[in-house]
Amino acid sequence: MSTRNEEVDKLVRREYAAGFITDVESDTLPPGLDDDVIRAISAKKNEPAWLLEWRLSAFHHWQTMPTPNWAHLRIEPIDYQAISYFSAPKSKKDAPKSLDEVDPKLLETYAKLGIPLREQEMLAGVAVDAVFDSVSVATTFKGKLKDAGVIFCSFSDAVRDYPEIVQQYLGTVVPPGDNYFAALNSAVFTDGSFVFVPKGVRCPMELSTYFRINAMNTGQFERTLIVAEERATVSYLEGCTAPMRDENQLHAAVVELVALDDAYIKYSTVQNWYPGDENGIGGIYNFVTKRGECRGPRSKISWTQVETGSAITWKYPSCVLTGDDSTGEFYSVALTNNWQQADTGTKMIHIGRNTKSTIVSKGISAGHGQNAYRGLVKVLPSAEGARNYTQCDSLLIGKLCGAHTFPYIEVKTPHAVVEHEASTSKISDEQLFYCRQRGVSEEDAVNMIVNGFCKDVFRELPMEFAVEAQKLLGVSLEGAVG
Amino acid sequence: MLKIENLKVRVAGQEILKGLDLEVNAGEVHAIMGPNGSGKSTLAHVLAGRPGYEVTGGSALYEGRDLLAMAPEERAREGVFLAFQYPVEIPGVNNVYFLKAAINAVRRHRGEQELDAMDFLALVKERIKLVELDESLLNRSINEGFSGGEKKRNEIFQMAVLEPKLALLDETDSGLDIDALRVVAAGINALRSPDRAMVLVTHYQRLLDYVKPDVVHVLSAGRIVKSGPPELAKELETRGYDWVVQEARSA
Ligand SMILES: Nc1ncnc2c1ncn2[C@@H]1O[C@H](COP(=O)(O)OP(=O)(O)O)[C@@H](O)[C@H]1O
Ligand SMILES: [Mg+2]
Repeated sequence: MSTRNEEVDKLVRREYAAGFITDVESDTLPPGLDDDVIRAISAKKNEPAWLLEWRLSAFHHWQTMPTPNWAHLRIEPIDYQAISYFSAPKSKKDAPKSLDEVDPKLLETYAKLGIPLREQEMLAGVAVDAVFDSVSVATTFKGKLKDAGVIFCSFSDAVRDYPEIVQQYLGTVVPPGDNYFAALNSAVFTDGSFVFVPKGVRCPMELSTYFRINAMNTGQFERTLIVAEERATVSYLEGCTAPMRDENQLHAAVVELVALDDAYIKYSTVQNWYPGDENGIGGIYNFVTKRGECRGPRSKISWTQVETGSAITWKYPSCVLTGDDSTGEFYSVALTNNWQQADTGTKMIHIGRNTKSTIVSKGISAGHGQNAYRGLVKVLPSAEGARNYTQCDSLLIGKLCGAHTFPYIEVKTPHAVVEHEASTSKISDEQLFYCRQRGVSEEDAVNMIVNGFCKDVFRELPMEFAVEAQKLLGVSLEGAVG
Repeated sequence: MLKIENLKVRVAGQEILKGLDLEVNAGEVHAIMGPNGSGKSTLAHVLAGRPGYEVTGGSALYEGRDLLAMAPEERAREGVFLAFQYPVEIPGVNNVYFLKAAINAVRRHRGEQELDAMDFLALVKERIKLVELDESLLNRSINEGFSGGEKKRNEIFQMAVLEPKLALLDETDSGLDIDALRVVAAGINALRSPDRAMVLVTHYQRLLDYVKPDVVHVLSAGRIVKSGPPELAKELETRGYDWVVQEARSA
């Protein structure tokens, strides 16, 4: 490995000699994207040569790809040369000195969500040098995981400490050239999370919240890889209910899951990035590629997501059901309010025999929000006995929002059962008046109806997340009616 | 308790109530009868504060306060209850969970402690007997898939739990078979009290065989055109409404 690093160093230096202007020691690369920038990222992270090659080939592929055509999204063209692709953690100079300097609206939201002060400071980016309580908690966590044989670390650490495992699995579920944003991510990703659960190990805890703080500044191009070996089980929680400030408008993460024989991976997300203001100004573009492969027989992958944030969300957590008798699940709540746009859904690719998939999608639109469900169920000729059940419901609040459903079904074997149910409903004035006539405020009434609508998905969330998610929907919908 | 004077209300640009007077005291039960489309539901809705009704004149005082200036939920918390003619279905919202939210909204408003789950459940189990409603309906979504009779009984059950001061019952008897009508009437009678006023809106007099009103009013073309003792209902049953309307015109 060390020889590889030397090679990289040499390479980088040579590039610099050729006119590359950035100082290797500096924390931030200037905006722009070319081979040199990718070499610099790789060098800063002391990556092995194979990974640099991997990045470069992804980049070259990306350059040949047309920008995606957004059927149902209104989107300004993105200038990829205007983005800085590497920046070390933000300098504390520009950060707010205390919560007093933070946007009161943001603080109000934190308070409503019941987020502790310490965490509020973190989330709002306040420059604090305090040692967090969570650090010691995290250490205890790490000890337990280590005893169980579970590897859970940053992606960079994994590249350094477990390069063989990373190399074995990276890009095997989401190939570098899979789509425009996956290719971009493969070229320039800076960090992310890595989980490896060895044979027969049941991960002793939810991999969750404590780490959300530590994992926060992983940047706009995150890379996550989770591998569960034979009979291994793991539940991973991503995200945070608090709206996070972030100057990076574009987020393009890639998440890959691999489940070997009889393994089970449960991946839960609560996403609440800044959606932009009431007029649709600002807000994050969230273009994520999430895919899991049930590689071994009888394995299972379950995605659960609650999406309330971002100006534009484009994501389709998917399952490739390669192993016989494997199972894929997708449970989703996506909420769009004000001017938010979401185009989400899933793909279930049935390859193995007797593979099963379940899709439950709940879309909520309020304000001028536009919510699209796009789902693909593909059953290949090899997937005899495959079954899919899809339920896709939309709830409209107000008259200006929209819901769209695009189910694609491709079945290539006569021995498969595919069921699809869809509904669209509205919160009616009559319902709201009924509730108010019983003394329940309009806001509480909307929350009750929305929570009822989302029940089937919330049930799939780990307990602590379910409670947070419920509160989150309430806060996100404030002012949606009336 | 309730004093309405010269109330004028427009709906969708059309005047429906055209100067209505009505006074109801605590402990009294008033029946409001009248032909279809005469404005009975409009009256009930405007008193409960349903949006979309434009008050163009007159007043309605509730316990001396301007009822029409209050938000619908405030009226409810102050003790005004409307049993709907067509109770709406609310999928996904648990019937009993909703009722708990409702009663606690009322209690908070009064500065009382919220009921905990145990006390609430005890209350519910006691009151549901009043209307002989199946307990399994408690854990269903509000009115979803309820039969017509179950919906009406659910309204009276909610009233029994919420214990309003002024109850407006809009055609609670319509769509009930005779057995259900008896049950609902018994429930209503059980809730009669010296502190509570009730306004029964009905098209037929058969409910009044079971719930004896103190006063019967006839609403026609947006006004109360005749008021009288319970016997007036019987007369309306046999003679119809036309003669009252004629009488009012010639007066
Ligand atoms: N939302 C509305 N829009 C238009 N017309 C209405 C509306 N609500 C009631 N009306 C009209 O007002 C009149 C009285 O209706 P309503 O109060 O329901 O009568 P009742 O309950 O006595 O049968 C009817 O002519 C009805 O068509
Ligand atoms: Mg009516």
